[in-house]
Amino acid sequence: MSVFFLASVAVPMAFFLWKYRRRPGQSATPHITGNWKLEVAWTVIPLVLVLIVFTRGLSGYLDAQETPAQALEIQVTAQKWQWQFEYPDGTESVNELHVPVNTPVRLMMSSEDVIHDFFVPDLRIKRDVLPDRYSQLSFDIPQTGLHAVECSQYCGKGHSSIIAKLYVDTEPQYEEWLKKGLEAEKKMPLGKLGKKLYDTKGCSTCHSLDGTREDGPSWKGLYGRTNQMADGRVLKVDENYLRRAILEPNSMLLPDYAPLMPTFQGSLRDREVRALIEFIKAQQ
Amino acid sequence: MAARKRFPNYLNQSRGWRSWLLTTDHKRIAVMYLVAVLTAFLVGGIFAMLIRIEHLTPGQTIMTAEQYNRVFTMHGVVMVFLFVIPAIPVSLGNFVLPLMLGAKDLAFPRLNLAAFYVYLLGALFTITAMVTGGVDTGWTFYTPYSTTTHGSVGLMTMGLFILGISSVITAINFMVTIHQMRAPGMGWFEMPLFCWGIYATSVIQVLATPVLGITLVLLLMERVFQMGIFDSRLGGDPILFQHFFWFYAHPVVYVMILPGMAIISEIIPTFSRKTIFGYKAIAYSTLAIAGIGFLVWGHHMFVAGQSELATVIFSLLTFLVAIPSGVKVFNWLATMYRGSISFEAPMLYAIVFILLFGIGGLAGLFLGALSVDVHLHDTYFVVAHFHFVMMGGTVMAFLGGLHYWWPKMTGRMYSEKAARVACALIFVGFNMTFLTQFVLGSRGMPRRYYTYLNQFQPLHAFSTFGSWVLGLGLFVVLAYLLASLRKPMDAPGNPWGGTTLEWTTQSPPLSENFVEPPVAERLPYDYRPAETSA
Repeated sequence: MSVFFLASVAVPMAFFLWKYRRRPGQSATPHITGNWKLEVAWTVIPLVLVLIVFTRGLSGYLDAQETPAQALEIQVTAQKWQWQFEYPDGTESVNELHVPVNTPVRLMMSSEDVIHDFFVPDLRIKRDVLPDRYSQLSFDIPQTGLHAVECSQYCGKGHSSIIAKLYVDTEPQYEEWLKKGLEAEKKMPLGKLGKKLYDTKGCSTCHSLDGTREDGPSWKGLYGRTNQMADGRVLKVDENYLRRAILEPNSMLLPDYAPLMPTFQGSLRDREVRALIEFIKAQQ
Repeated sequence: MAARKRFPNYLNQSRGWRSWLLTTDHKRIAVMYLVAVLTAFLVGGIFAMLIRIEHLTPGQTIMTAEQYNRVFTMHGVVMVFLFVIPAIPVSLGNFVLPLMLGAKDLAFPRLNLAAFYVYLLGALFTITAMVTGGVDTGWTFYTPYSTTTHGSVGLMTMGLFILGISSVITAINFMVTIHQMRAPGMGWFEMPLFCWGIYATSVIQVLATPVLGITLVLLLMERVFQMGIFDSRLGGDPILFQHFFWFYAHPVVYVMILPGMAIISEIIPTFSRKTIFGYKAIAYSTLAIAGIGFLVWGHHMFVAGQSELATVIFSLLTFLVAIPSGVKVFNWLATMYRGSISFEAPMLYAIVFILLFGIGGLAGLFLGALSVDVHLHDTYFVVAHFHFVMMGGTVMAFLGGLHYWWPKMTGRMYSEKAARVACALIFVGFNMTFLTQFVLGSRGMPRRYYTYLNQFQPLHAFSTFGSWVLGLGLFVVLAYLLASLRKPMDAPGNPWGGTTLEWTTQSPPLSENFVEPPVAERLPYDYRPAETSA
């Protein structure tokens, strides 16, 4: 379609540019001021063509807006900079969304802070996620697979790094995932699990491992240090310190750092908290 | 005409800084504006180069994520508000509009100078915001991000507010001039088409810019006084900001492109030695674009959460706005038909304009189609689309107009050979840079991403190499244009065989523009020998 339009401009132009190039000795050109029939033609024909494109785009769009009544509903919460998912049975996951194949799914999405956007390039679906307002996205994926979920509404520093994974599982796989949590993670050594969580839960956006200062303190050499807190307390960084900092970050504020960290209360299992502590201890 | 006595011209009639800084001559003000907008173009271009270099590799190449967010914001703000919006009207328009109408100056010469200083003041605010704290909101200032982020958002919105005032003043000045100061014998449909373009642009500026002003003030109120207008935490609505913003910012897209199209409507008849085909169709399509352009803002918000009915209506209107642009292109082609076409630099840029604007416009049709837009929205496809219409369209037309009127403005001819080489470099570099981004976008590369998936790296690198070719081409232009200034003033009054009134006076024109007030005896673009024309 577009190629046709472009060709309908470029080909005559190339032809005219060559055919009517200036030749020596030529001076007069015909005095042609216009032709209303032609004007009408090149108004109406493109008009009809674009209306065809419009209706095709419209029908595709309306199909995508339809939400089946019996959809599996998953709550999505976006924040700087992570995706949180809550399933009908209360299971929660961060930056990892599991849905069953061949099942209508409806995402009810809202944001904790600024506007984000839930975008799955592979599936060609996209919807802005707003604070204090629900937006919906429905889909029904016919094939199992793994897809990247990107944020496509600019949201600041971590905009390009909050990439979640969308797992399209078979029905039994999905049920098993819900029931057992992450089976593989249960067998994983704590330190290794901690590293995985560091990469997938959004920790890496603000906490470096090499001592670089970012929005949060680097984890290098953090364990065992003594910190002067924003409220004046002097605390040694031990297991209990780290546990509280993860679950109640606003009660463990450090001077010079903005209170940016979201709480992980409820979104990390107990073993996952221990895994993270173990991982932080290893960063010396 | 060459044998005619040369009068002192506007450049050498008086000397010294005061004679420039306090001038009310539209030609001198235009030259000062030209220097200002080209400086903005250079600054914005440097930011663009930094962005492209950062994208050579995923992750950190030369800057951190925070620095990147500031750099792309400043690239957008400088290019949009300090360069593309004002560029053609205030520099080329200011210079040639009175000449084309056969007038001595604009209707309000002093106001013209005032607008220039208001522009500088706005630019000063904007630049101060950049060096003190920076701004990382993107040029769109979406709430609640913009009301909660750190940085000099307040200072910058003040700057843009002031720039808006300058735009409105200039627009009113142009409109009054076109209404009141046409030469005897020049009716509305006997003006050069460039004047139609400037007129339509001015109407949009006057109607749309106050909306931006109000929006920015509301944003500032919310940021400073915590008034709940856009932030839902304070009882506001973030979507409202997007409606306000795009109600201004979409019509402004036509503020950017209409003057460009107007320049092309001048260049093509001149270099085809043939009268324009469908004068009235082009003039009406200009007005149609300006009118429908006010009704399509919602297509920026297809995935933002506006109602489905609104989305469908905006999509339909978006398709309609493509039609008048198409009408213009077909009329330009028909003008070339059976003409006598020569290929000096302005014509080359006009051809490049038609190709690139064609590609950019047709990509816009994809984006107008709802189901496709959902996928492509906020990806590099959109980035490529608006760079094709803004840079491939407006900037190419600006370069075409600059080459076209350079002899008139400076009295000097530039090196035609260098100009052709530069135009070729710019064309190749531009397509390397931005055609690539269409591919990136359709594969799902979102815009404003600091880092990206490894699979995109080759395409990103190719786009970056393209940007170097493009930058080189632009520097060649700068070099030979500056070099031409060292030559004696040798340009004839009418180097291209133009038919509009600005070519009937000497190059550069005298301060009063014309020796005697001209009378429009013939229609513009009339290439028939004098004795046979009516």
